[in-house]
Amino acid sequence: MNQQTGTIIGISGNMLTVTFEGTITQNEVGYAVHGDAHLKSEVIRIQGNKAFLQVFESTKGLKVGDTVEFSDELLSVQLGPGLLTQIYDGLQNPLPELAEAHGFFLPRGVILDALSKGRKWHFTPLVQKGDKVRKGYYLGWVPETQFKHYIMVPYYLEGELTVESIRKEGDYTIREIIATVKDEKGQMHDVSMYFEWPVKLPVKAYKHKILPTQPLVTKARIIDTFFPVAKGGTYCIPGPFGAGKTVLQQITSRYADVDIVIIAACGERAGEIVETMREFPELIDPRTGKSLMERTIIIANTSSMPVAAREASVYTATTLGEYYRQMGLDVLLLADSTSRWAQAMRELSGRLEEIPGEEAFPAYLESRIAEFYERAGMVELYNDEKGSLTIGGTVSPAGGNFEEPVTQATLKVVSAFHGLSRERSNARRYPAIHPLESWSKYESFVLYDTVQKARDFLKKGSDVHQMMMVVGEEGTSLEDFIIYLKSEFIDAVYLQQNAFDPVDAATNPERQKYVMNQIYEILGSEFQFSDNEEARTFFYDLRQKFIDWNYSEWKSDEFNSQEKSIKKLIEGKKKHA
Amino acid sequence: MRKIYNKVLSVSGNVITVKATDVGYEDLAEITTRLGKSLAQVIKLEDDIVSLQVFAGSRGVSTTDEVRFLGRSMQVAFSDNMLGRIFNGSGMPRDGGPEITENLISIGGPSVNPAKRIIPRRIVRTNIPMIDVFNSLVASQKLPIFSVSGEPYNELLARIALQAEVDMIILGGIGLKFDEYMKFRNTLEDGGALNKSIFFVHTASDPVVEGLMVPDLSLAVAEKFALQGKEVLVLLTDMTNFSDALKEIAITMEQVPSNRGYPGDLYSQLASRYEKAVDFDGAGAITILAVTTMPGDDVTHPVPDNTGYITEGQFYLRNGRIEPFGSLSRLKQQVNKDTRDDHRAIMDGMIQLYAQYLETEEKRSMGFRMSTWDKKLQKYGKLFESGMMDLSVNIPLEEALDRGWSILAECFSTEETGLRSELIKKFWPKKTESKGTEV
Ligand SMILES: Nc1ncnc2c1ncn2[C@@H]1O[C@H](COP(=O)(O)OP(=O)(O)OP(=O)(O)O)[C@@H](O)[C@H]1O
Ligand SMILES: [Mg+2]
Repeated sequence: MNQQTGTIIGISGNMLTVTFEGTITQNEVGYAVHGDAHLKSEVIRIQGNKAFLQVFESTKGLKVGDTVEFSDELLSVQLGPGLLTQIYDGLQNPLPELAEAHGFFLPRGVILDALSKGRKWHFTPLVQKGDKVRKGYYLGWVPETQFKHYIMVPYYLEGELTVESIRKEGDYTIREIIATVKDEKGQMHDVSMYFEWPVKLPVKAYKHKILPTQPLVTKARIIDTFFPVAKGGTYCIPGPFGAGKTVLQQITSRYADVDIVIIAACGERAGEIVETMREFPELIDPRTGKSLMERTIIIANTSSMPVAAREASVYTATTLGEYYRQMGLDVLLLADSTSRWAQAMRELSGRLEEIPGEEAFPAYLESRIAEFYERAGMVELYNDEKGSLTIGGTVSPAGGNFEEPVTQATLKVVSAFHGLSRERSNARRYPAIHPLESWSKYESFVLYDTVQKARDFLKKGSDVHQMMMVVGEEGTSLEDFIIYLKSEFIDAVYLQQNAFDPVDAATNPERQKYVMNQIYEILGSEFQFSDNEEARTFFYDLRQKFIDWNYSEWKSDEFNSQEKSIKKLIEGKKKHA
Repeated sequence: MRKIYNKVLSVSGNVITVKATDVGYEDLAEITTRLGKSLAQVIKLEDDIVSLQVFAGSRGVSTTDEVRFLGRSMQVAFSDNMLGRIFNGSGMPRDGGPEITENLISIGGPSVNPAKRIIPRRIVRTNIPMIDVFNSLVASQKLPIFSVSGEPYNELLARIALQAEVDMIILGGIGLKFDEYMKFRNTLEDGGALNKSIFFVHTASDPVVEGLMVPDLSLAVAEKFALQGKEVLVLLTDMTNFSDALKEIAITMEQVPSNRGYPGDLYSQLASRYEKAVDFDGAGAITILAVTTMPGDDVTHPVPDNTGYITEGQFYLRNGRIEPFGSLSRLKQQVNKDTRDDHRAIMDGMIQLYAQYLETEEKRSMGFRMSTWDKKLQKYGKLFESGMMDLSVNIPLEEALDRGWSILAECFSTEETGLRSELIKKFWPKKTESKGTEV
């Protein structure tokens, strides 16, 4: 084979300048040869006969004059059965296998198969010779954990194709050819159970996108009721350090009502992903009775791993998400943190000596962020089924100040904003989503009027609180004080949710509606109090009872009796006309 | 024999350039100037122009000075003979003892495969109630002390080092004042811990660049010992000096600063050091306690801000005390369920009451009337501060929990504490009558 090569003429951090002759392609993969190791890199700029490559590994020891081998392939991932339950690095290297082969540390320049070569899958065909198909059509399926994993016509085949041959039901490895298809020009293409797809190209093997309207149930009350997310939608969680972004994503990854969860740990702590890696296999998914790991893929590119691979990891995760969406499944991608990804772009842009924008981020930051969230969506497939990819990204703004480029660019493109506040996390009011500053363009399954009433009280209560800071409790009228107590009550019993209590951690939609109705009634009721002190005692009492109610299993005896005792307490204090 | 070059093309800041070939990225060179020898590290290659950061600084570098490339990157010795010894930021002895050259290892090695990490589960006891009770330190945690300069952070660090039950201590000093460093040394010596300690010390009077190597030297050695099964505690003081050295080099290299002059990769640079904290599956562990001084007491300053995003919590040291608010150990929940039944309840309950005390104080300062309840809180606040927060308090966790109960009993009736009845039954002090109604 006549392979393109180039010669290194400059090294700065993880960026190489390489001279070459002949043809190379933007985003093509190259390998810097360093002894036995081949260091994977990507072409990110071409200028005359000079190419600039970002290296996905440490460049330590590389020299001017060293060779770069070009692959003529774009940075890609393998798509096929066996992705679920995997733990990959940002370039789809399986971490447990790497550990087995190389021990404690991540070796440089080692690339392992993302999907097992030897494993056999039980294949059932869905087409016959002569059938007309297109990219993304199902040729057959294999069982993968609890799913039917459809074997599809690779997305790189264009136009109408004719099935020329298809394998019988049986056990095959992913590398065996299971079908042959003929394209419009009469050219034959072999199809196996996996193929590669460039991570930076959105998969578009579907009829069209449709507006996301179905709620994606996270079972976090403040999200589902007040700031909901839709299947196929986008949302972001900005917040200062320690405000609870990761914990919120961790509980979402456990309880969200979706088929598949992809966790992209992007430039964050290794310890956090270790928790998920070690705990998920032991946790049971109540929807299926199987371990949570069976619906999960982890992409772990933690903060000490090479920064270029961090940039790629987000795309790797998105591509895997798009692939499962093509099977008619609901996929949730959780990226923690998109700021680290943006910083990786910034580092690179600096090395390329591009003209910097605000806080030295590149001018294209905004469009990159927009392109990323654009890959979410609910789609109608060729078989009229629907699939969705929802993207939720955390943002880690410098100094906790949302007026910074990454937060601002993100807010322009997402449809829901869960802003975490330092005040709330300091006061241990978890999840620390700010109830007055956050927003969502999606519709909740709880009645609009009910939610609106609660919002009103939260707003008015906060105003009263502000005033009370100045004039003190003595200077506050009983009427205002009750508004304040009601707003604090909603906050304590509904917005706040204990992530570490087995019952309270996840509230199903029926229960959310039910409890919100109860709260609606309380907000609308007038009570008979002689002074502030009596009002406070009453609401503290009510709060205690509600919290106990939250801790009791939905519709259990305890739940019912607690409800009775709440009703009794309310009736006793209500003003009767 | 490696090639020697005699022509320095440019000198700018602490970075020099020479024309040379066959040089590896991040390789070391030795430069001999009229002031002596210094190591330098390759930070950029462009054709045959090599940029090097000079550890001893560029002072005294002349255009005809000799530059000799060593053909390798920075290394450090790893041996039991290092225990009790003191080295500088280039890894050379600064205690007058012999140079150690056995078992050279590379610094700044690859990161640990997350699949080889385990969830940390061991508490590190410090006998400081604000840590043990309220924000337990956990083996393999990475945790900075945030404070303004002038606070006794180095004393705190030394004290934790002495009390922690670890196999060895590695101190990395970056821009450490000479007398601070001597105090450290003396404290460990008096405590009998010197023979399990290794010092890498860069003092405030040493060349700035030399400080850049200190975290990597300390952590590379720590990693080797941890792989041998040792529990290693690494102390890094002060990481703000480290960040400032990074800033200086970045500016010299004309990198576009991202925030207040700091380079865009500050996060990655700090993370690659802090992430060396680890609990190895089947070997030892590295715990990192660092100091991050906050210029202008501003936690949004890029150094504390980026640090907070990397570490597993932080201790705020203010007015000589560890603040209960703002301080956080993100790993505490991994250990505080297995210490004593009442640990979590005391932790939450006492902090909530202390928060109420602070509110009361605010009210009082605004001249509002103090109710009976306010007065109880005031009594409580004072006792909490003297009995728990004061850094002179030096008692084991269990004793601190008992003290918590007795402070509560001295100020409140049982219901007022909001603690679960079963715990009250078990732990509420028997002898002391509830004084909740008096005051
Ligand atoms: N819902 C919650 N319930 C209880 N505690 C919480 C909750 N959310 C966060 N915390 C506490 O706050 C700590 C920090 O939370 P988390 O790690 O999610 O912050 P973060 O916003 O991801 O921070 P960073 O940006 O530094 O990664 C946790 O370790 C935990 O102690
Ligand atoms: Mg986080």
